[in-house]
Amino acid sequence: MPDQNRQSWSPYDDRVVELVDPAGGTPEDHAKERDAVRENTCLDVRELSVFYGDKQALRDISLTIPKNRVTAFIGPSGCGKSTLLRCFNRMNDLIDGVRMSGEISLNGENIHDPSVDVAQLRRLVGMVFQRPNPFPKSIYENVAYGLRLQRGMARSEIDDRVEWGLKSAALWDEVSDRLKDSALELSSGQQQRLVIARAIAVEPHVLLLDEPASALDPISTLKIEELIGQLKSDYTIVIVTHNMQQAARVSDYTAFLYLGEMIEHDDTDTIFTNPSEQQTEDYITGRYG
Amino acid sequence: MLSLTRTNSPSGERTNPGDGGSKGTSPPREGWWSSGAPWIWLNAMAVGIGIAAVAGLLGLIATRGLAHFWPADVAMLQVDDGTTLIGELVDIEFTDPASFEQTGQPDSGQIERWLLKTGNRRVNGPDFRWVPTASVVDRSFPSDVAVFERTEWGNAYGRISAVYEDDALVATGSPAWNELQSRLERVTELRDEIAATQARTIDTVNYGLERLRLEKRRRVLQGINEASDIEEQERVLMATYNEAESRLRALSEAMRRDAVEIVIMDGRSIRQPLSDVIRVWRPNAMTVGGKLLHYVRSLAVFLTGDPREANTEGGIFPAIFGTVMMVLLMAVIVSPLGVMAAIYLREYARQGPLVRLLRIAVNNLAGVPSIVYGVFGLGFFVYLVGGTIDDLFFREAQPAPTFGTPGLIWASLTLALLTMPVVIVSTEEGLTRIPRAMRESSLALGATKAETLFRLVLPVASPSILTGIILAVARAAGEVAPLMLVGVVKLAPALPVDLNPPFIHLERKFMHLGFHIYDVGFQSPNVEAARPLVYATALLLIVIVIVLNLAAIMLRNRLENRYQVAET
Repeated sequence: MPDQNRQSWSPYDDRVVELVDPAGGTPEDHAKERDAVRENTCLDVRELSVFYGDKQALRDISLTIPKNRVTAFIGPSGCGKSTLLRCFNRMNDLIDGVRMSGEISLNGENIHDPSVDVAQLRRLVGMVFQRPNPFPKSIYENVAYGLRLQRGMARSEIDDRVEWGLKSAALWDEVSDRLKDSALELSSGQQQRLVIARAIAVEPHVLLLDEPASALDPISTLKIEELIGQLKSDYTIVIVTHNMQQAARVSDYTAFLYLGEMIEHDDTDTIFTNPSEQQTEDYITGRYG
Repeated sequence: MLSLTRTNSPSGERTNPGDGGSKGTSPPREGWWSSGAPWIWLNAMAVGIGIAAVAGLLGLIATRGLAHFWPADVAMLQVDDGTTLIGELVDIEFTDPASFEQTGQPDSGQIERWLLKTGNRRVNGPDFRWVPTASVVDRSFPSDVAVFERTEWGNAYGRISAVYEDDALVATGSPAWNELQSRLERVTELRDEIAATQARTIDTVNYGLERLRLEKRRRVLQGINEASDIEEQERVLMATYNEAESRLRALSEAMRRDAVEIVIMDGRSIRQPLSDVIRVWRPNAMTVGGKLLHYVRSLAVFLTGDPREANTEGGIFPAIFGTVMMVLLMAVIVSPLGVMAAIYLREYARQGPLVRLLRIAVNNLAGVPSIVYGVFGLGFFVYLVGGTIDDLFFREAQPAPTFGTPGLIWASLTLALLTMPVVIVSTEEGLTRIPRAMRESSLALGATKAETLFRLVLPVASPSILTGIILAVARAAGEVAPLMLVGVVKLAPALPVDLNPPFIHLERKFMHLGFHIYDVGFQSPNVEAARPLVYATALLLIVIVIVLNLAAIMLRNRLENRYQVAET
């Protein structure tokens, strides 16, 4: 019976209570508070459900992802964390037979609004995939790829942005003397940092990382994690990871998903030291998943 | 305990069900069977047969084709019936007496006979004759025997006895050779001048007159009766024509001035005007260096000259030009069409039963016999499309068709249709091989689908696209059957490219190496003489296909190095 675990709307739901009956204060206070929250909210997800054909992949997910923080999604394979991540830049649009309901807004703007230019949305929401996948072009051309899509950018500006992107991804020192070489000659750890450089060169607001270190060796993983720590002052980062130590090390907030539902979403410290849900504790302590 | 051979046997049984009878009787052999060694041997044999076949084919064609241009020694044979024969030894054959009984020789077993090219068929009748070796009393290679290459009636063999100018004796004996050479140079110059005048003036004037005629007709069709300006132009052209014609007549007259007297093999003397002589050489007196020079010259003439004498002599340049031009035009047409079709099928069309059906249809199209494409090309392109173009734009030329007749453009279009499945299939393969993650990375950077296609997918798939074009070119260059219906002719009066505007005449008929082989080999009046040319032309066709392919393969390898796909 899959519907057993389904979260239904109920008047006792905290969030709904808050919306229906905000506790105390004048309307002005509420407005100010809402503005402050909105100011600090990057992505806001409301009752998001996603279906692949008949199969429901996500069930009524609601969460907010704060600005300039690292949010980690953890959970066992197939729990829907990658699907959720791919909703943020509408990558799921590319898959046939995907339906969704609910709402996602980026900086207060509904990303499913018909007026939204998907290409522009994806430029604002960069994404890095599990396996390093540089384009079969030179190192320089890889980073410049996204920049060249923006017409009218001067060559010197592209040069500057490429250098800046590579520096931001902590790769400049290793490749500055061989920008014209094929990107495929780099080690996989360097390739993954190159892909990150490629993603941040177009100056996105959000960076989605889909298990960015799972195909890498420990030293490269460490470098990527250090990089995430440096990048979070400028970007909102959402990372999907299988590695709970990694989630604990790099993230500020952690969401635990299980079978398409969000079980718990809280400060990383709280999730890992004092989870409020039994399922979360079981997963974190390795009892299943 | 089971031995190792015993444990192997079940698998041996499974792979060789037919070998079940010998099971257990000879375990070592069974081990050999099950080890797969026979299978490997079989595979290696198949490869060996393939290599031998290709090497044999190329070797045969190359030796037969290239040997033709070497100046063979001319033998003088004394036959026992008292005749003397002069000619090139072409072939030696052993034949059964039964099939040779017309000679009435009481030989037992096989007898040897020579094939002698005696030439001079105007006087001798056949160009070639068989001589039983046994009947030859004496064989020599006199150094003063000369070979005359002529514009008509094939080669002549004989001794130079005298040179005449306007029927007056100029030289005899040994000085005659040098005299002949210098006079031959003059004739060659005159011949070149005539050809140049013909091409530069007469052809241009004819072309201009034809256009003026059409212009006049067009005005009549439009109801305009004013044609005085055209008539003025016609008068100018006619004046040029008359001037050029009288000049041509003078040149021809000058060419006919000299003649050479040749003593042929039966002792008769014939007077040969130099105007019909192209080259004279004395192979028996030539050094190896001289023969090499002669060889290179002959080869150059073969590659750059026009055909003569129903294609059995001279060069094949129009056929080379026609083949290359037709294939390149075909590639230019098929590449965008095939690539676009593949992009739609793979990238944009919703993958479903309809697209699957379409894909099967495209694959099957590659298996349709090419002559069927020829029939389609004739019916659709030539008569329907070409006829419509004529009706719309070339009314003035009717009833003579302009585009509504087989021609270069229709041949290229027909072959483009024929090779399109190849390009579609290999382009689709290239597009499928690009990892999904790579496309998604591009989209995630804010590229639209079209931008991803043009900036990433197509460059990365370009080696596969080129592979398709290579296969298409190889197939198109080798096709003959459909071309016979849509534009290839035995002898095209003009190249599809010339100096008359608009310079490229796609509606013209053209010559093709593949058809040339067929024509020279099977439709020629002098098959024996034409046989080496068949080999030489076949070799050239192979060389052209290889050159076209190598160029494309080199381009593909460069692209492959540039866009090697990440190993995932």
